[in-house]
Amino acid sequence: MTGAATPELPPLLAANPRLDQWVRFPAAGRVTVATGRVEIGQGVLTAMLQIAADELDVAAERIDLETGDTDLTPNEGYTAGSQSIQYGGVALRLACAEVRALFLDRAAARLGGGRAELAIHDGAVVRNGAATGLDYWALAGDIDLSRRATAAAPVKAGADFAVVGRDTPRIDLAAKVFGGPAFIHDMALPGMVHARVVRQPRRGATIGAVDEAAIRRAAKGPVEIIRDGNFLAIVGADETAVDAAAAVAPNHVAWDGIDAINPAQEQARWLIQQPSIDRVLGAPLPEGPTTGGAWREATYTRMHIAHASIAPSSALAVYREGHLTVWTHCQGVYPLRTALAKTLKLDPAAISVKHVQGPGCYGHNGADDAAADAAVIAVRRPGAPVKIRWRREEEFGFEPVSPAMVTTVRAALDAANRPADWTTEIWSGRHSSRPGGGGNLLAAEALPDPPPAPPAADPPESNGGGGTRNGEPLYDFAHKRIIHHLVAETPVRTSSLRGLGATINVFAIESFMDERAAEAGEDPVAYRLAVLSDPRARAVVERVAKMAEWQPGVPAGSGSGRGIGFAKYKNRAAYCAVVAEVEVDQSVRLLRVWCAADGGLVINPDGAINQLEGGIIQGASWALKEGVRLDHAGIASRDWETYPVLKFSEVPEIEVELVGPAADRPPLGIGEASGGPTVAAIGNAVAHALGARIRDLPLTRDQVMAALLKA
Amino acid sequence: MPTTSLIVNGKPVSVAADGDTPLLDVLRNHLGLTGTKFGCGLEQCGCCMVLVDGAPEKSCGTALSTVAGKDIMTIEGLGTPDRPHPLQQAFLDEQAGQCGYCLAGILISAKALLDRNPTPTRREIAVALDDNICRCGSHVRILRAVERAAAQLRQGAAA
Repeated sequence: MTGAATPELPPLLAANPRLDQWVRFPAAGRVTVATGRVEIGQGVLTAMLQIAADELDVAAERIDLETGDTDLTPNEGYTAGSQSIQYGGVALRLACAEVRALFLDRAAARLGGGRAELAIHDGAVVRNGAATGLDYWALAGDIDLSRRATAAAPVKAGADFAVVGRDTPRIDLAAKVFGGPAFIHDMALPGMVHARVVRQPRRGATIGAVDEAAIRRAAKGPVEIIRDGNFLAIVGADETAVDAAAAVAPNHVAWDGIDAINPAQEQARWLIQQPSIDRVLGAPLPEGPTTGGAWREATYTRMHIAHASIAPSSALAVYREGHLTVWTHCQGVYPLRTALAKTLKLDPAAISVKHVQGPGCYGHNGADDAAADAAVIAVRRPGAPVKIRWRREEEFGFEPVSPAMVTTVRAALDAANRPADWTTEIWSGRHSSRPGGGGNLLAAEALPDPPPAPPAADPPESNGGGGTRNGEPLYDFAHKRIIHHLVAETPVRTSSLRGLGATINVFAIESFMDERAAEAGEDPVAYRLAVLSDPRARAVVERVAKMAEWQPGVPAGSGSGRGIGFAKYKNRAAYCAVVAEVEVDQSVRLLRVWCAADGGLVINPDGAINQLEGGIIQGASWALKEGVRLDHAGIASRDWETYPVLKFSEVPEIEVELVGPAADRPPLGIGEASGGPTVAAIGNAVAHALGARIRDLPLTRDQVMAALLKA
Repeated sequence: MPTTSLIVNGKPVSVAADGDTPLLDVLRNHLGLTGTKFGCGLEQCGCCMVLVDGAPEKSCGTALSTVAGKDIMTIEGLGTPDRPHPLQQAFLDEQAGQCGYCLAGILISAKALLDRNPTPTRREIAVALDDNICRCGSHVRILRAVERAAAQLRQGAAA
């Protein structure tokens, strides 16, 4: 052991400390780079390739990426929370830098010194630019990469980047544009059978009777019906026949023990009366009014939101010679393996879980459940690959949705009408029911001896929080606190969706700020800047105001309006400010959106802008259109007509700028940064246009009409 | 099993399947053309869009028997990496996509639009694509890409 202090490994490198977990040189001229991160439409693989190419000094074309595979890649948990680059990319970068340094050390030893004069150009070792005859592949036999990473090798300085920081085309886009195989839905294996599951209408429902003959008649072809406990599946070689049977099957199964729910719970205010797990974060609760100034309070709500992935979930599984292989588009192959092992009572070592791309998920949708469906059927039919593809109605009806939420803001104002004591009080169901702990898989709940319902829990604040995410404003208020009510019982299963609680919390905070600015007779941008000292925060607010040619003093209530929204995602990822312009008569027309964001070191600027644009459009859709409808049986909005999302003709003009992409600053997660500020900006623009505030999302025609009647 | 003849991407094919089999299943499972996607099976999302005798149709709701003898074009027939259709090239140039699941259907809808209207306005493109859902929010890039392709096609026609 040397006496030199070793830097502490960042968490993902500490969890996967062997360098060969990240980088290998399998054949001359080729480099294998492994990442536990998976492509979910966000372009992360392209960014990882850029990072590896720069730190290893090899052409990106030489790199073969391995991603999200329990046999091949590091365990990085879930690809979620805008953390891939900020944490996973940083770990990969350190590992690559260390590999490059080890090879340069070895090359110097072989060449008899002169380490400082050596560099690597596209995998070859050069001395002062001249070839040395050595390269990664010639040296690979000398270096054991199964050693522990130290994170001691210096990473490149920003000025030395060749591909990081440059617009780089997505490596996965061509296959999708030419109709090549790109998605798990397109995978086929010899001897494959297709399967559909007849879902329990509600957790705990039990099968009374199944009219198998009626289901078989509808199939118009041979199908097998598998039943174990309350798990019921239709399997066959002909997908058309299986589909036809699955379409009518719910009508031919009688269920007992269905607990009816109250459809009124589709609106969020019922949460306030529920039993909850309560916490206070931040400043202690005031014992009474803390200033002589006025107190203000307002309450904001939103309905449950669906991920509404463009395709329903799919999976493929095969069980052969005691080993289960599962292909899935889930966000965490290792946690899913753990959950499958518990569900199937198999050794985790007897399970391989491999990621294949699926439709954009934006969080925890049906992907894990579909994988469990395929796995449960596969172990009961050893030998044949089993392909699951959920029905559209199944995805809308049974995926976990983002919980309805209520956020109340309460503030004491100082003499200058600025908040001096600020409380964000939040009521929400859980924002995570991912399967890693072993429960939370629909198939597991339907099998005999289902696992107990997992206790209510939310992502911890160390992970950005769930309901509390962005509950604390970044503004310079003397006292800030969050009161969090985690409501354990919700009418439908809830879990993470892009932004988690940040969406409503940013909407609430930024609406409240606009309301106070209006009350004080101040311009909303100036009012914010007066209480915002973080220079990077100020920079994005000032930039977006400039981009939009923001004019103070435009009177409210004219039918057209502009609004601003700002947040630093999770208060530790990217800074993002958005201005929206709307016209409102009976409904809202979103005309233009401007966005300025600071993500620190941005690996692929065009990729980051694409993510910010996507967050803006999805945020606009949440703000204007989206809310899960309930009936007594659960989720009632099970198609695109009852759950409409923003259409092409409703999309605004969008302009996005990255503020000061700084090569030598750490990257800040950007993928989820624009949603909350967009919802807030639209809310403020609508209030400005109407001269009346709507505090309940979505801002539909009915809400606008009600606001106009009240005004 | 009855046999139905049709033309897919310029090639005559004969399919042994029930007449009410959705064209989408025929393309994906019988002919191995998985470029056309299943999105909803309800004719609401446009992922499964194909051209039937030049007109855009949602193949999930099109029965095989109704396309007997007809000319079907799928995404695989639009162009190839070696010979991309100007729409495909424009989508790559604009990096118009995120997860990309909706793109095959959108490219087909856009092809149908440009075939009947070579000079669409931005608004006309948006309205023509309202039959297609994109959930990731790549809309602005997609609109730009269709505009770019339209310009490219006009240039090609003028040359």
